[in-house]
Amino acid sequence: MGTALGQTLIVMPAYNESQSVGRVVSETCATLSGITVLVVDDGSTDGTGDAARAAGALVATLPFNLGVGGAMRVGFRYAAEHGYGAVVQIDADGQHDPRTVAALLDQLDNYDIVIGARFAGEGAYVMRGPRRWASKVLAWVISRTAHNRLSDTTSGFRASGPRAIALFERDYPAEYLGDTIESLVLACRAGLTVTQVPTAMRDRSDGEPSQSPVRAAVYLARATLALLFAYVHPKAVAPRTSEVST
Amino acid sequence: MNLRAYLFGIAAAVFVLIVVVSLLRRRKLRERHAVWWLGAGVLALIAGAFPQSLTHVADFVGIDLPVNLVFFVSITILFLVSLQHAAELTRLEAKTRDLAETVALLELRVRELGGETLGPSDGIQPTPDGGSEHER
Repeated sequence: MGTALGQTLIVMPAYNESQSVGRVVSETCATLSGITVLVVDDGSTDGTGDAARAAGALVATLPFNLGVGGAMRVGFRYAAEHGYGAVVQIDADGQHDPRTVAALLDQLDNYDIVIGARFAGEGAYVMRGPRRWASKVLAWVISRTAHNRLSDTTSGFRASGPRAIALFERDYPAEYLGDTIESLVLACRAGLTVTQVPTAMRDRSDGEPSQSPVRAAVYLARATLALLFAYVHPKAVAPRTSEVST
Repeated sequence: MNLRAYLFGIAAAVFVLIVVVSLLRRRKLRERHAVWWLGAGVLALIAGAFPQSLTHVADFVGIDLPVNLVFFVSITILFLVSLQHAAELTRLEAKTRDLAETVALLELRVRELGGETLGPSDGIQPTPDGGSEHER
């Protein structure tokens, strides 16, 4: 069955995305009727907030840039305050297809976190070189922690259920890669369950991620470090489900 | 050691202590941070006033040159202080993040409350001086 759309909050972290955010918000609202979209304007200077508001989204404006982790915690806090049963994170650049949100929500009945995985069969998303190795290693390590096979741990397309909302509202890492790698490790170690569903990614509206070998190597190093730190932190306490239902 | 060097050592230590205490008195330095510098100043004063104590301690821990003990203790204190500063900075960053997130949520709430009288998403922005007085 899955969580009802009226109980679902779409959270869209946006940093200087005025070119695409309006279109993505309109498309999301049109595809998922009755959905609430919260755009977290992460200290943008190009009128991202106005564009999102004009398209019909709620907009929370951060006074300065906090990164995806800070922006997402605003979303989780809003969801917890207003009693939403699910939070779906969607990128403001339009690479995530809102039609696949339903597939993610379906799995929330059985899992606390559902990842929209980019290279699990669907779509034509390819990574090469060190970036690809990095994502393989990350996937292997985190799969072991999650006791479930995950192939894409750095996807920014994710659904979180009530238990995950309660955990992330308090504790959502703001460091580099904290919103992807560290938050997953945090959730798994707190006893939350994670799964993934294959999703096709579309081309970003503007620009491709850099594939230069130096930047890929730096990414590999930083990802490894982020992973190590994620395991060094003390375990978070799993939120009790009883205090979740508000 | 001549008398001038002896007096210079004591004067330097006293100067450090005076600066720290006066900062403390004017509340420009919190006790938590001042403790380190007070400790360093007192140690420097003891070592300056009683140079023999330095030699004895160096002998005791097995350091041949007493001056190396001074370097070791100084570097250790500086290292610990900067570590404490890094930890403090981390704490402050976490607090700033909390505040920024709360500001964003409160601003959204204020907008929602104001929006009820303005009508659904008409895209009207309040002016910076807060003078968005609409027909109520």
